[in-house]
Amino acid sequence: MLGTGITVWAAFQNFHQFNIVIALVIATIKATLVVLYFMHARYSPKRTQLVIVCSVFWLAIMLALTLTDYDTRSHETQPGVSRLSEPVPFHFLSV
Amino acid sequence: MHRTGDLYGQFQTLEQQKDSAALGMWVFLVTEVLFFGGLFLTYTINRTAFSTAFGIGSNTLDITLGAGNTVVLIMSSLTMAMAVWSAQVGKKRLVSIFLIATLALGTVFLGVKAVEYKQKFDHHLIPGRGFDMKYHPTHPMAGDDLKELALEKEEVDKAFAVDPDINFHGQLYFSLYFGMTGLHALHMIVGAGLLVWLIKGSFAGRFTPQYNTPVEIVGLYWHFVDIVWIYLFPLLYLIDRHR
Repeated sequence: MLGTGITVWAAFQNFHQFNIVIALVIATIKATLVVLYFMHARYSPKRTQLVIVCSVFWLAIMLALTLTDYDTRSHETQPGVSRLSEPVPFHFLSV
Repeated sequence: MHRTGDLYGQFQTLEQQKDSAALGMWVFLVTEVLFFGGLFLTYTINRTAFSTAFGIGSNTLDITLGAGNTVVLIMSSLTMAMAVWSAQVGKKRLVSIFLIATLALGTVFLGVKAVEYKQKFDHHLIPGRGFDMKYHPTHPMAGDDLKELALEKEEVDKAFAVDPDINFHGQLYFSLYFGMTGLHALHMIVGAGLLVWLIKGSFAGRFTPQYNTPVEIVGLYWHFVDIVWIYLFPLLYLIDRHR
């Protein structure tokens, strides 16, 4: 709950591009506390702890490799900052 | 799931049997982590690409309801942990009380979520034909803060100047918002069903220090759903609040 308070406070401060990093760090601390104490991971057998660590590891692989791929290809992003010579029209759910 | 707590033939001790059940639940939760992880990944990529629209969309969410709901859900995780503890030390009455408290808090969370969804319908922020990011600030409704609305209108106009396609990109944000919170709410509903089943069992006095695996397993699931919300809240509600 204290963590929630800090999260909301931090969101209204201006740390420039670091806002998102700070929010995620607080969320991760909260999640870690829940896993360790509410979910008793600290007192679980080593085998269970291995499964938990693996899940975080696979998630990290999925995020890191996909984001690397997206970051190194050219896309139409915001109008005007397209890295393509001819912007691809965006037709998502056109009304 | 075994309902009696008798030792099954393939296990040597009751403790081994219980650890195996918990391990099985953790393996399921790993698949859930990757399931939600895919959605978070989609969100991250689109937010990077359309940061203006995502920022405006995020700022239309009600931060008081969102933060309140976060507190409610963390409290429900606490009462769930207390129910597991009560079962382990054999306080049968407390198990029922804490399970009912958890169910009540979970229901409050879902109710608040319904109120938030209704607001989005009223404000023309449901992806589809009627979607219009400009609708809400230009059509004040009963109970709206006019000063806040003027600020929002200024913000939306500025955003349209930066990104003229903001009504398309905004739909992307709200699709992800409804997809992710909707899937989370679905998990909550499943969890509420499991809680009802546990409460019935606790009234029958089924959970003892020797046998409380169902309470513990559902507890793991409930805490996992809480963790998902711990990430959803800052990512959906708080990404663009600093001005």
